[in-house]
Amino acid sequence: MAKYGFFLGCIMPLRYPGIESSSREVFNSLGVEIVDMQGASCCPAPGVMRSFDQTYWMSVAARNLAIAEKMGVDIVTICNGCFDTLFEVAHKLNHDPEMRKKVNKILKDATGMEYNGTVNVRHFVELLYRDVGVEAIRAKAKGGRNMKAAVHYGCHFLKPSNIKKIDDAERPHVFDDIVEAAGLTSVAYKDKGMCCGAGGGVRARTPDVALKMTKENLTNMKNAGADVIVDCCPFCHLQYDAGQAALKGEFAIPVLHLMQVLGLAFGLPKEKLGLEVHQTKVNL
Amino acid sequence: MPEAKEPNPEFTRKVIEGGGKTVNLCFQCGTCTGSCPSGRQTAFRVRKLVRRAQLGFEEDVLPSDDLWLCTTCFTCYERCPRGVEIVDVIMALRNMAVRKGHMAEPHRKVAELISKTGHLVTLRDEDKALRSKLGLQGTPPTVFSDPKAQEEVKKIAVLCGFDKLVQTGGK
Repeated sequence: MAKYGFFLGCIMPLRYPGIESSSREVFNSLGVEIVDMQGASCCPAPGVMRSFDQTYWMSVAARNLAIAEKMGVDIVTICNGCFDTLFEVAHKLNHDPEMRKKVNKILKDATGMEYNGTVNVRHFVELLYRDVGVEAIRAKAKGGRNMKAAVHYGCHFLKPSNIKKIDDAERPHVFDDIVEAAGLTSVAYKDKGMCCGAGGGVRARTPDVALKMTKENLTNMKNAGADVIVDCCPFCHLQYDAGQAALKGEFAIPVLHLMQVLGLAFGLPKEKLGLEVHQTKVNL
Repeated sequence: MPEAKEPNPEFTRKVIEGGGKTVNLCFQCGTCTGSCPSGRQTAFRVRKLVRRAQLGFEEDVLPSDDLWLCTTCFTCYERCPRGVEIVDVIMALRNMAVRKGHMAEPHRKVAELISKTGHLVTLRDEDKALRSKLGLQGTPPTVFSDPKAQEEVKKIAVLCGFDKLVQTGGK
């Protein structure tokens, strides 16, 4: 298997470092070799930064892509937002020579590097599904808990599906399959696949609107009897975790990133999951 | 009765150049509005926004709060029977709106943070402490550990005029 540059982004290392420690352990135990991308930055986030200035958004993303190219590695991310930016920008630059020229001029002036179009950007769920395989995960998941999981795909893991080509965007299964291999039961719930509410700068600008969307999802998850919400994106994670705190006791469904679920299933001690920063209490 | 507004093809052309190249394919079926999770909670109607972009009604679109209620979930983009890349249309419109000074303060602050530090979240002492406790490097191995790398990211902001944009709020 190839070696991967582990793209950290912002929310995971700075607000939920337990997702990072879990990720490092899980990658290691599955034989996925990761290396740090020294000097990487924010992806930058596809919400506010792309909304403000697409040239800046692409140029900073191109710098992150160029760092991986210089290291001779592909990129793996554990965040839908980072995945979307890095994947979409690579795609745009690979298919638009004029744009690539413009962005590379900025990148070269600022850093001396150029983006050459040689790096693959992988989302960890897709990488685990395709390269590691569900059976290899099942074989390692001795400590899996039999909980009912509301699996939340988020938006930017699979969509836009015409370029990402990972799974059916309306009826996906890859993430559920991994959650079930970890010993949990993935429950069906109404409007599964709906946005958590946080994206596109909505959480920052109109948190009340974001929270209404979150509440609708939480209600549907609760009605399906979910014991835990499992996400694959630290921003959705933040929205469900902090969102339940903002809703003051209406819901109490623990929120875990898939890497924390796999960490637990692989026998990682609970202290390594960094659960103390979760605002919605995690009693497992 | 008010006069009917004249279409402004010049504005539509700018939307297309800004990345919304499929905007004119829309035939107003409303699949987007019916799919929009934000529109369930608010009066935001994607279909109307696209129509106004097609007609070039700049004054209706750029100052509007609706423009900022899209979470970029891509559900409408996926379901559009005409292949309108709706998120790209909205991004083109937002890029124009901020240059007209329509920039919400919380967004401006986030953008300022990244243009100055390279991350959109700060590193606090408690983050470093928890990272160390979990066996991670206290300061992550990103721009936060590398002043030269941080300077590179700042320089990109300068070269794109992004630093000025967020300082002035586009005004």
